[in-house]
Amino acid sequence: MGEFKVHRVRFFDYMPTAIRAMAFNAHTERLALARMDGSVEIFNFTDHYFQEKVIPGKDSRSIESLCWVGGRLFSAGLNGEIAEYDLENLRPKYSLEAYGGPIWTIISNTQGTQLAIGCEDGTVKLFEVLEEHIQFERNLDRQKGRIISLSWHPSGTHIAAGMMDMIRVFDVPTGHAVQRLLVDRGFGGSKSRETVVWSVAFLSDHTVVSGDSAGKVQVWDGHTGTLVKTHLVTKWDVLALSVSKDESSVVAGTSEGTVIQFQFIAPTLHQQQGKEWVRTRTFKNHTHDVRALAEIETAIVSGGMDTHLVVRPLLEKFDEKSHASGLRKIHFPHRNLVSCAKKVGLLLFQFPGQLELWRLGDSDGHGKPGDRLPLERMPEKLLLLKRKGEDHICCSALSSCGGWLAYSTVSCVRIYRLQTDNNNISITKVSKLPKALHSAHQLCFSSDSSKMFAASSQSSVLVIALTQSECKYVHTLKPKSGSRQPIHLMTTSVDGKWLAAANSDCEIHVYNLQKLKLHCIVPVYGSCPSAMGIHPTTNNLTVVHADQQLFEYSIVEKQYTDWSRKLQKQGLHNVWLDRDTPVTHVTFNSKNPNQVVLHDMHMFCIIDQSLPLPDQKTQFYNQMTLRSLSEQERPSHLHAFKICKTFQDLLCVSLLDDQSLVVVERPLLAITSQLPAPVRQKKFAT
Amino acid sequence: MAALYEEFTLCGLVQTQNASDSPIQGIERDGDSDHAVVTDSTRSVTLYKVSDQKPLGSWTVKQGQLLTCPAVFNFQTKEYVVVSDNKVIRVWKDEDLNLDKAFKATVTADVWRVHSAPGGEPVVLFQRGAVRFLDSLLSAPQQPIEDVLSEEEVIRWSTNIVAEEQHFVLFTTEQKGECCLYVQRLNPNTLQKYRLEREDSGASPLSFSASLRDKHLNLLYLYPNGCVYQSVVAARGYVGLEGVQALPRSLRLRLAVGEGELGAASAVALDEAHVAVVGVPHPSARTGKDFLCIWNTNFQTLQAGKEMAGRIHGQVWCYLGKLFVPHGKALSVIPYDCQKSSLASALGKLRHTGIAVSKSSVAVPSWNTLLHGDQPQGPTKIVETRKSKLSRKSQSAQALTVDQVLELIKTGPVDEVQREVEALVSRGDAQDLQLSVGQLACHLVARSQAETAFYTPVALAQLVQTQFLCHSVCPGLLLLSLEHKDYFLCQLCLQLFPDIPEVVTCACLKTFISVPDGDVEMVSLEPDSVSFMEGLVAAGARGGQQNGFSPPLFEEDSCDANHQPKPPQDKKNHTLQLEACPVGLHKAVLLNEVLQTPYSDNFLLPHLKDLDTQQVILFLQYLQFVYLKYSQDVYTQTPGLRSPTMTQIIDWVCLLLDAHFTVLVMAPDAKGLLSNLQSFVKSQVKLFSELGKIESSLQELHKMKLSKDISQYSIEVIELF
Repeated sequence: MGEFKVHRVRFFDYMPTAIRAMAFNAHTERLALARMDGSVEIFNFTDHYFQEKVIPGKDSRSIESLCWVGGRLFSAGLNGEIAEYDLENLRPKYSLEAYGGPIWTIISNTQGTQLAIGCEDGTVKLFEVLEEHIQFERNLDRQKGRIISLSWHPSGTHIAAGMMDMIRVFDVPTGHAVQRLLVDRGFGGSKSRETVVWSVAFLSDHTVVSGDSAGKVQVWDGHTGTLVKTHLVTKWDVLALSVSKDESSVVAGTSEGTVIQFQFIAPTLHQQQGKEWVRTRTFKNHTHDVRALAEIETAIVSGGMDTHLVVRPLLEKFDEKSHASGLRKIHFPHRNLVSCAKKVGLLLFQFPGQLELWRLGDSDGHGKPGDRLPLERMPEKLLLLKRKGEDHICCSALSSCGGWLAYSTVSCVRIYRLQTDNNNISITKVSKLPKALHSAHQLCFSSDSSKMFAASSQSSVLVIALTQSECKYVHTLKPKSGSRQPIHLMTTSVDGKWLAAANSDCEIHVYNLQKLKLHCIVPVYGSCPSAMGIHPTTNNLTVVHADQQLFEYSIVEKQYTDWSRKLQKQGLHNVWLDRDTPVTHVTFNSKNPNQVVLHDMHMFCIIDQSLPLPDQKTQFYNQMTLRSLSEQERPSHLHAFKICKTFQDLLCVSLLDDQSLVVVERPLLAITSQLPAPVRQKKFAT
Repeated sequence: MAALYEEFTLCGLVQTQNASDSPIQGIERDGDSDHAVVTDSTRSVTLYKVSDQKPLGSWTVKQGQLLTCPAVFNFQTKEYVVVSDNKVIRVWKDEDLNLDKAFKATVTADVWRVHSAPGGEPVVLFQRGAVRFLDSLLSAPQQPIEDVLSEEEVIRWSTNIVAEEQHFVLFTTEQKGECCLYVQRLNPNTLQKYRLEREDSGASPLSFSASLRDKHLNLLYLYPNGCVYQSVVAARGYVGLEGVQALPRSLRLRLAVGEGELGAASAVALDEAHVAVVGVPHPSARTGKDFLCIWNTNFQTLQAGKEMAGRIHGQVWCYLGKLFVPHGKALSVIPYDCQKSSLASALGKLRHTGIAVSKSSVAVPSWNTLLHGDQPQGPTKIVETRKSKLSRKSQSAQALTVDQVLELIKTGPVDEVQREVEALVSRGDAQDLQLSVGQLACHLVARSQAETAFYTPVALAQLVQTQFLCHSVCPGLLLLSLEHKDYFLCQLCLQLFPDIPEVVTCACLKTFISVPDGDVEMVSLEPDSVSFMEGLVAAGARGGQQNGFSPPLFEEDSCDANHQPKPPQDKKNHTLQLEACPVGLHKAVLLNEVLQTPYSDNFLLPHLKDLDTQQVILFLQYLQFVYLKYSQDVYTQTPGLRSPTMTQIIDWVCLLLDAHFTVLVMAPDAKGLLSNLQSFVKSQVKLFSELGKIESSLQELHKMKLSKDISQYSIEVIELF
């Protein structure tokens, strides 16, 4: 196949922020996850944990707690506001001052008619959930001390509230506190420190489970207000609790990074009476505080300071080893943060607060495979562009000639003209933008840089014509399906004729740009597209889905290509299907039309469509074997998927026009090293 | 060696107005060994408990009065004595609070110093040189005081020394650049005056220190040019010698003084070999004179040094293992330790450590003991337990004392001598033995040398086994045992003596080599060494190898070629030939002892030339045998057994070849041996060159690893198939 010069880039200092809260919607099987920077991510648990949507953060927003009411998502934070999110336009729909000081927690009742928030001033406020809005209803009896955590009894009549040094149980109809459960302080030096009840859970049998800053998980009888059982689980804090749907299991997340499971079981087998809460399992998948937890049907989902989301399947719920029974760690977003100008070797890195433009280094040396070439020119940071305003950047794009740069937040879009002489770079903001262009979910330039496409609301795409002096609104491309979901992927063909856009409804629309109308809809597949690209010569659309399926669709012929049919007929190799990170980028080799380059977090793959497809018996990762074979033997062992795992923790792999690969790595170790010190460092033999 | 330990501060010092004056007049001992009486330069006397660094009491004279002499402790009456305003002697006790209410007596002449020492009455030295006992002076304070010194002669320094029956007051004076030492003996009173030799520069000494050693007064003094001289005055005076005598001196130490001369410096003798010096530059420090150093005057070596922060006033006092040095704004106490230096340790050939540790109590005679014939002093006091006292008492009733045994050795029959020595050795406690073993051995050796018939091998062996003996204590012993063919004793001596001269080692070697095997095989030797040798010989003789392993046949150029060139077809014989030990077992054991004896090759080489060619060849053959055994790896060394190391063997081979090379080259029967030895060398060279090769490739690996480290950016080449 040949040698490639690889630009191995590690200077993208991407740093995800800590996970603060999560809420699982069992009905839609979506997990909402809030990070410290105020961004909210939606994961689709039915579709391979694909990160479907990202609502960008905002400087002033802080989220302490998330709550689903039906399909509606609410958040509350220390800025004292309750916000509801518009999941179709990926922005807060509205936010509401609660007038109770910072809000620590928000919950809803099982009926989905009321919301309750716990405030710093000691009040529990009830809100009525209306169509399109919420309305303040009343306060429960005000307490001394802040309300840290809340839990609604399934019947809706009582609320348990975790406070400092105590738990209160409120009777909702009257608003009076009916129980006062005193929580012990820690031992020794922490005796003088107040115990914070970080989390409470109110079960249907009126059992209250609490987790506190003294490291205890306590089980109380909510009727009598008596302590039933204390489990001291850590020297540090128990930060989060989550109850399974059938209330037979409670998980607790601690500052040590452990998740501890308690189960309501009888002490002896075959005995239905006398069940009690017993500590059963400890999972250690985090190095830092576990701030957010959700126990779903088959797994425990946890996240915290160490920024990655862990889905830990409960193995007793699985009969056989399958894709779903593997441990999942989600480190990187399932979308591109890097744009690459293939013609000129520029890279654009997207951070929430800024953009960085880098010029790749150069080397004129030649070397053997495995060599590291002497650098003739070091890479150079050309530009650091800080965003304006409070809203974080949600998408960005760099034209392939490197002459245009655009980014968007939820409130505005900015387009810049870049001019690079040999060493000088000048940037000019395009001042007059069309009114229609106020925000975009995705941005994309045509390959000749004459047009820009912006994904707008309701899956529509704005076409903007770019000239040296101005940019002009041309047209809005609208899908026929009437989908309201946002577009998360967009790609254009090199000849400038086609534009493909994929939305969260798994629809892919192909537009004819010359006629400015919809050309066709790719047959909808059940899994969300995670990456796609249009072939430069054949105009075939290659789509990779979250479930790792791969399709090639001929736009011209409006049907799947023969190769795609052959692939589907034979089926993808199990090793390929078992990978646990989605493909996030597809690109092509302009010199060799047979080659498709795609990558996920752990590998990149060059698919050579001229070679036979691997069947299940073939060794899938065969590069090492091929290396050891002689020239004569090799051809008989070749197959289409050429996988390279030399580079790890990949954020982007792209093929420049000069046939050299660009590999952007972000080693997880580098992320870990930037985290604050964990509360407990593991010492040898302790 | 000597060592300075961690210093601690006894008290802070108040800077005097004249910066060159020391804020401290003197430090004296108290009845308690942990106390120090510190007199400052103005008005107060403070008593400190040194280990606690805290004052116990303080006494001050009134404003306007001045203390003119350091307070001393009267060891007989347990009172403190001080002189204020030159003429007023004040005496007070510990419990007195106020110095003004203490006993006072005014004398007619100016007092220079009051001196006091344990075991002696305090004496008062007047500025004009007269000396009185304090008691007699206080009983008649107004008595007339005569002038001893001439008009312009002033006392520079004084001390008193009390020893047994004698009491001396020493003081030095200076008059027009001429220094004199006065030695005043008391009871009966005699005064002797000595003139110190003038230093070329004409400078007078900066400091004096006096001590009494073996009935001689040793005066140590330091000149500003860094020379430390010692003068010795016999304690028993030359009665009838009148007038001024010249005082001979010997240079003990020449200290590097850096630029200029020493200003404030002082030297004090710690023991016969060690001198503590303050205010002299440290030889390895570039600048500054603020150092406290301990020098060994015998070897002119610096033993320990410490920088003292702040200005040093050239004062140092030494009491009971502690040095008191005022410097900067503090008076520091530095505990020190001086150990006897010994020939063996000085030459650095004191056994290899493994053995030195296990047999730590080998008594090495002091350098000084050898030179001056002093009584060896026990390095540590051994506290007698009640039991040992009792047992000694009960035994001494019937057993003979050391002296009696010594007498017996001179005349008594062999059996009786043997019995008594045994009895003495077996009952004696360590401290007594230390002293007596040497004497016993010397006497026994002397008698044996005189009377050929008299020889007590058992007694001598027992004495050697006490490990209190060494070659320099009883030089004849090893040669005597050789003479009597007492190889067991020889072996013991070789094992236990750390200081066998090379000539004796060579004599042993010569004897061992030339002794017929039959003679030695009958002798019983130390079992460990025999078993080692048996193991070594047996290792290859078993025929096969462990676990059926058989080593590959030796290549022509390898070191493992046999020492007789053999036709190649004779492979079986080849291996056998290897394993035949060229000497008998016991002979080999004795040779091993020689191999392990410490030596210095410069001294050994001339004596090795005494061996004749046959002996050399035989010895080389033996060494080759051991070398081959070792390098074959068949014999794994048992830890704990005394055995010659590979290095020792190679060293001896080199030495022998050095000593006899021309002879060996000429000798036809050495030809094979030499070529084998050459292959030794070749293989060693080869080994090292191989190691060298490996080293470079290992380094290369290392470099490769380094270059793999994470960088922010690189351009790499990969190949996909």
